[in-house]
Amino acid sequence: MEKPDLKVNLGGIALESPILAASGPFGYGHQYRELNDFSQLGAIIVKGVSSEPWAGNPAPRLAETASGLLNSIGLQNPGLKSFLSDDLPPLRDCGTKIIVNIVGRTIEEYAAVASGLDGIDGINGLEVNISCPNLKAGGMAFGTDPEATHKVVSAVRQQTSIPLLVKLSPNVTDITVIALAAEDAGADALSLINTLSGMTIDIESGRPFLGNTFGGLSGPAILPVALKMVWQAAGAVKIPLLGMGGITSASDVVQFLLAGASAVAVGTGIFYNPEIVSGLKEGLVEYMVRKNIYRVEDLTALAHRGGINDEQ
Amino acid sequence: MVNSYSTAIVETKEITSDRYCKLTLKAPAASVKGLPGQFVMLYLPSEYGPMLPRPFSIYATDREKGLISLLFEIRGRGTELVAGFDEGSGIKLLGPLGSCFPEPPPGALLLAGGLGVAPLAFLARRAKTPVTVLYAVQKADNLAFQPEELTRPGLILHLASEDGSIGYEGTALDLLAMHLEQASALYSCGPRKMLSKAASMAAKAGIECFLSLEERMACGIGACLGCVTETVQGYKRVCSDGPVFAAGEVVFNGKA
Ligand SMILES: Cc1cc2nc3c(=O)[nH]c(=O)nc-3n(C[C@H](O)[C@H](O)[C@H](O)COP(=O)(O)O)c2cc1C
Ligand code: FES
Repeated sequence: MEKPDLKVNLGGIALESPILAASGPFGYGHQYRELNDFSQLGAIIVKGVSSEPWAGNPAPRLAETASGLLNSIGLQNPGLKSFLSDDLPPLRDCGTKIIVNIVGRTIEEYAAVASGLDGIDGINGLEVNISCPNLKAGGMAFGTDPEATHKVVSAVRQQTSIPLLVKLSPNVTDITVIALAAEDAGADALSLINTLSGMTIDIESGRPFLGNTFGGLSGPAILPVALKMVWQAAGAVKIPLLGMGGITSASDVVQFLLAGASAVAVGTGIFYNPEIVSGLKEGLVEYMVRKNIYRVEDLTALAHRGGINDEQ
Repeated sequence: MVNSYSTAIVETKEITSDRYCKLTLKAPAASVKGLPGQFVMLYLPSEYGPMLPRPFSIYATDREKGLISLLFEIRGRGTELVAGFDEGSGIKLLGPLGSCFPEPPPGALLLAGGLGVAPLAFLARRAKTPVTVLYAVQKADNLAFQPEELTRPGLILHLASEDGSIGYEGTALDLLAMHLEQASALYSCGPRKMLSKAASMAAKAGIECFLSLEERMACGIGACLGCVTETVQGYKRVCSDGPVFAAGEVVFNGKA
């Protein structure tokens, strides 16, 4: 068999590999570049950028849970201007595509970041993080309401022709409703899932452990939940999906592809193994060779279509 | 700085009084580069699901033999796993990471509360000038090492215990109050409450003060912004802006 073809098209972004770096854990990529060959990645999705700097949440911001991690970073970031002047330039030659995760507390803020990033050299896509609290709706996340989702995505869409991923929150009753709203508003692809809302209590002090009380749960603990949501979204929308949540191995990657994702992203997994990137890709290739599947695109949603026919 | 991620080999392991573990690893790069105040991340394989790596301050190095020693309290799953490694086994290590203490001026005080002693013992051994180490524990049993382990010309060690079972009867801060007058600078590591009070005592005495802070970490290299502490210039990362900070920078309980 020829060398497996790992190329995928994620809503207009041509990727050399279906394995991406998820927004957040990798920051703006500078630190992990020293430990990984980023050209092995399909793209790096950089940490959330807002129009103005955000301070983030009080410490402590991290708590380990069973096979998972609770974080309440609070989207601390230096803001658009500083991202463009300090963080983006050194990343341009990192050997992979760059997707910028964007955040806001109002629709106007989302639109402002999107317009500030439009047409900038080296940016291949935007990922709209709709898990942010909507200030005008009492702090309820945009991504928990189909109407708010539609408004944010439409507003961002108007500002830019860059391929647009919309990153869904799992903290909803029916992910397909939000997925359809984002697709209808002009999303080119969907990313899912963001972290699951949770908390932990310090029994010595008797108080919530995280400075922000609530945090977002990530890591292997959430994989089955994420997988189910990717499966559901795949049955609802026509645009491609970027699956994530708890990926630490090549078999996790394959599961997401089979459930309906065209590509996947690894976040928390980089903490467990700071060199995780190349191993995932090697493992995927090994699987494809073993299963005699030449194009990675052919794996997408195969579990919906009766699975793998080993006799073919 | 390029971070080095490699496999370290457990050279020796000493578990004292069921509570402390001194782990000596063959890790030539970390041993040569490691400076007092810096730490390493150890990666923990676990059959019950992956765990975050744990940060450990460097307690000692032997650059000629390529060894580094870590000294920690066995408390919780992470440290239990690390203490469970057998001699000769391999363990993934990232580092050395973070900032280091500046070279102490002659007559500096190094104040250690509990396990805060690990990086300060390293500093005391490496310093080229006379320094005084103040090491306070709850009771004699809680000493993480034998006092004979920390000797070099010009190094003075004073112990204190809350129950008086060893050294002076009192707390770290009592010990500090007794020695502050002659001190040229204060270097400290230990519980946050102690650091906060020690910092204000140093400020009143008008001497320079450096603190080594601890926070939960995930990446250890400044990428995730998970380990921040509040400073006068906003949140800073303990792993890469610290762990050593000038005391004047750190905001304790909402007050600088
Ligand atoms: C420390 C940390 C920071 C994160 N920051 C962001 C962010 O800025 N924007 C975003 O959309 N998602 C963010 N996420 C969510 C991840 O991108 C991802 O959706 C989630 O963690 C699930 O994947 P994982 O289990 O592989 O980490 C963050 C996650 C973590 C753990
Ligand atoms: S632990 Fe990630 S920034 Fe410090």
